Amino acid sequence: MFGYSMADIGNIVVMQGFSGLSMFTVLLLMALGLAIIFGQMGVINMAHGEFMTIGAYTTVLISKVAASYGFTNYYFVFAIAIAFLLAFAVGYFIEFIMIRHLYKRPLDTLLATWGLSLVMQQIFRSSFGAKEVSAELPEWMLGSFKPTPDIDIPINGVFVMVLAALVTFGVYMFMYKSRWGLRVRATVQNRTMAGAVGINTAKVDRVTFALGCGIAGIAGAAFTTIASTGPTTGTLYIVDSFMVVVFGGAASIVGTIASAFGIAQAQSILQFFMTSSMGKVSTLLVIVTILMMKPEGLFASKLRK
Amino acid sequence: MSTLNRRGFIKGAMLGAMMAAGLVTGHAFAADYPTAKVNTTGLAVTDTTVKVGILHSATGTMAISETGSIQAEKLAIEQINAMGGILGRKIEVVQEDGASDWPTFAEKAKKLLEKDKVASVMGCWTSASRKAALPVFEKDNGLLFYPTFYEGLEQSKNVFYTGQEATQQILAGLDWIAKEKKAKTFYLIGSDYIWPRTSMKIARKHIEQHLGGKVVGEEYIALGDTQFGSVINKIKLKKPDVIYAAVVGGSNVAWFKQLNAAGLNSSKQTMLTISVTEDEVLGIGGENLAGFYSAMKYFQSQDNEANKKFVEAFKKRWGKDAVIGDVTQAAYLGPWLYKAAVERAGSFDVDKVQAALPGYEFKDAPEGPVTVEANHHLTTKLRIGQWGKDGQAKVVYTSGYIKPDPFPKGYQ
Repeated sequence: MFGYSMADIGNIVVMQGFSGLSMFTVLLLMALGLAIIFGQMGVINMAHGEFMTIGAYTTVLISKVAASYGFTNYYFVFAIAIAFLLAFAVGYFIEFIMIRHLYKRPLDTLLATWGLSLVMQQIFRSSFGAKEVSAELPEWMLGSFKPTPDIDIPINGVFVMVLAALVTFGVYMFMYKSRWGLRVRATVQNRTMAGAVGINTAKVDRVTFALGCGIAGIAGAAFTTIASTGPTTGTLYIVDSFMVVVFGGAASIVGTIASAFGIAQAQSILQFFMTSSMGKVSTLLVIVTILMMKPEGLFASKLRK
Repeated sequence: MSTLNRRGFIKGAMLGAMMAAGLVTGHAFAADYPTAKVNTTGLAVTDTTVKVGILHSATGTMAISETGSIQAEKLAIEQINAMGGILGRKIEVVQEDGASDWPTFAEKAKKLLEKDKVASVMGCWTSASRKAALPVFEKDNGLLFYPTFYEGLEQSKNVFYTGQEATQQILAGLDWIAKEKKAKTFYLIGSDYIWPRTSMKIARKHIEQHLGGKVVGEEYIALGDTQFGSVINKIKLKKPDVIYAAVVGGSNVAWFKQLNAAGLNSSKQTMLTISVTEDEVLGIGGENLAGFYSAMKYFQSQDNEANKKFVEAFKKRWGKDAVIGDVTQAAYLGPWLYKAAVERAGSFDVDKVQAALPGYEFKDAPEGPVTVEANHHLTTKLRIGQWGKDGQAKVVYTSGYIKPDPFPKGYQ
């Protein structure tokens, strides 16, 4: 850090702060859908990344259509909505034909959804080709926002940040302020009792699973602005997603937010002062140590066992 | 087979016939080369056919990269067959899928060599897959044509390397950028595995010892990592004259997108990469790459006759949107080199073919003439391409011929 001017260091602190926040929102967006599925239903969905890929490919395809009809500047709104609906629909269908038969066998869902992820990857490969593709980004999303000449705030980072905030708010409203959320929470807390008071628990499961998948679709759409789209894109995100959810404590959305924030800041700061891979390794070591002491994660669920 | 394909075939035949003029002097009929004479080791060679294996990943993560190689090899084989095959024998392809899994490559190589008795194999892509399959090729005395540019430090009598070894790709490129851009400080960044690490080691030695420059940062990114915020901030703080990059796979796309979003585009930052070909540009997007440089031996935009024909035939066969990267072109050389080697040897026997190929100059290679050296690598030129928004590179520099040196002294 020595031999640099104060202004340089000031600029870097600002940009580094932003990059930590940006990583936080990316992790949060990745993990939210999984937190709902894993946290609320106890289903370990190894195909979560592939639902993101559905969202990503949707965005790429819509960007192609948009480019040929000349509405590139605002297609992203449609892309996100359609990505959500499509991933939601696929999730709804998958729950119906596969997941619901496996609720009593959590380890089997792990294997089955992993198989599903391989199947989906091959479907992407067969229909879109093995090569990576990119969505044509709207003009306003490229480049950076400059409060001073030496500070660059990436606009796509800001975009992901705003989107993550909206989605988190939406999930919060759904889970804690709506009738649906009430039923979901009731089912999680006591399935038999919830059934006894007239909640259709099978339907609650299906919608919850589909919702988690839909949010993965939104995440996938958003990530086309920062990373790649290919048949195996999902595998890039799945490990980080699980890390955030497990570290945060499976059944808690607040836990997921706190964990995403902690991991992102630790990794971002460590990667600045160490090399990139060492930063990642150190973060993982810290997480493993904390999980050894607190196996339930940061925010343990208040479930009655 | 569709009409389009058949038309592609005829086109290939015409192209093949044109190429034949430069390749074979007399017309080779199978009858002139009785099977008993040309195949003394029990390979799958009959009076009319010869079996050749293709061993790449058609599934799994590496399918992204290896698909182009499969397409190029098949195109070359179809063209060779259309002009009469090798010593009057049509090539029959036996394709196996390495499935992006290194032990599978070894297993499938064994199957190709021991069960199918293929006369040669076009295949492998990553160094890991080659290292896994190599013992099989050496034990069964098979013949492998390997297309990828790689880190060097290997030489086997059973392998012909049609891509560049590290020094062929690195040294001339660094020389050029140091001279052209008056670069003194370099920031090295690569994915965290053997090829980028070996390449960066060579690059650092060359920068420090021969160019009088300084390496201000060296960084390796875990494979698949997509978050570059901190690394980019470090680069901004160090302000290197040149970023020298070898980032691969999904990370590569994220790297360029985030670099641009952080304001480091080519008007502010010079970058030379050794891991971006036309294939990668599809995913990265031309607008994120515009103005940056790649060091490769081949670019699709090269303006020579052989390349124009190659690009045209490739697009006819695999669709008008198909792009051709450096490795795809190198893979295309494999079958042609094999054909030349067999014809020079007058035999399919692996030992004779091996001995016959070194010294051969392939004049009609799309990249321009190449020569096979005694160390089984090719003498080639290095080209620097500057990327445009359309995803094609303009060749801004072509080196002289560079001899392959897989075990560079002073760089290890």
